[in-house]
Amino acid sequence: MPFRAPHEMHKRRFSRNLGLGLVLAAFVALVFGLTIAKVSQDDFTVPQTEKGAGYGEDG
Amino acid sequence: MSDASLNADGTQPGAAHPDGTQQGDAGFSDFFSLLKPRVMSLVVFTALVGLLAAPVAVHPIVGFAAILFIAIGGGASGALNMWWDADIDRIMKRTRSRAIPAGRITEGEAFGFGIALAGISVVMLGLATNFMAAGLLAFTIFFYVVVYSMWLKRWTPQNIVIGGAAGAFPPMIGWAAATGSVSVESVLMFALIFMWTPPHFWALALFMKSDYDKAGVPMLTSTHGRRVTRNHIMAYTLLLVPVSFALCFTSIGGPAYIIAAVLLNALFLRGAWTIWRRDEAAAEVDGYAVEKKVFRHSLYYLFGLFVAILIDATLRGMDIAPFAAWGL
Repeated sequence: MPFRAPHEMHKRRFSRNLGLGLVLAAFVALVFGLTIAKVSQDDFTVPQTEKGAGYGEDG
Repeated sequence: MSDASLNADGTQPGAAHPDGTQQGDAGFSDFFSLLKPRVMSLVVFTALVGLLAAPVAVHPIVGFAAILFIAIGGGASGALNMWWDADIDRIMKRTRSRAIPAGRITEGEAFGFGIALAGISVVMLGLATNFMAAGLLAFTIFFYVVVYSMWLKRWTPQNIVIGGAAGAFPPMIGWAAATGSVSVESVLMFALIFMWTPPHFWALALFMKSDYDKAGVPMLTSTHGRRVTRNHIMAYTLLLVPVSFALCFTSIGGPAYIIAAVLLNALFLRGAWTIWRRDEAAAEVDGYAVEKKVFRHSLYYLFGLFVAILIDATLRGMDIAPFAAWGL
């Protein structure tokens, strides 16, 4: 239980911090969603040379 | 409390300013208000139509991100505009309670906020879609802040005509986000909003008593008089009509758009004609009823035409014969 009623300034500061936190969380979710959308599109392919090199098939 | 926590003028954050306003420590809603949410709604709507009318299917998440970053870019322009215009916002009654003139946000905070959002929106739009769309968004922000706010607004009564281009870019950016290019369709959507802005704004200027004069902003109604403003409304409406009909002959035109264009152009032309025919004495008698009606119709006009584009695009997407076969 607070000792004093929060000052108007603290309320505004809290709303700003909460808003910023939510915006950042939404931004992370959006970038994650964009990544999934991009890598699952048909035209997204890993370059052939990297694939081959990874498995050592063609040197 | 240390000196570091004081405002630049030596007052404490949250302390009452001599004019009765609060200083510093803005809430989230104060920063949100810097984005001019009402202007943003037009940006979101027209950009969405540009994106959905394009002949390329966009992944829903990519489409959502594109519209979001276009909206944020528009909001950044609004914040930078408020930063630059803080001096005249303090003078005008309509803008005196905005976050910067009221002292809730400092000019430096608004500038930093606007620049950061502008950078984030352009880079993220480029990464989410393509760099043609990002380039157009960057140019739009530059145009609104530098060309309109810093240069034209306080210099010429034609400010609204050229500055209106900034508000006309969003459908073009939405289209570019989907297709990666600029085409005749997107240029005509741009031209439609560009030509619509002057008669829309001047109809408002005729009945809104503003204090732009006091702030040193030249408005056509005061620099050239109301008769000239009425002539300009008529002239720009006459130029608007062929632009809106030109969209009928492109791939995004269709039956819904033709019907909307015929009806809405007839209504708008009739309104502009009535404004042109009457004088100030007649307008004052009925409390600018015609001017108010034309202003309202101008909002329906743009909204109706863009909704019609959306309807045609939806029906075309459903492969309904007369809609699918449309276009050049």
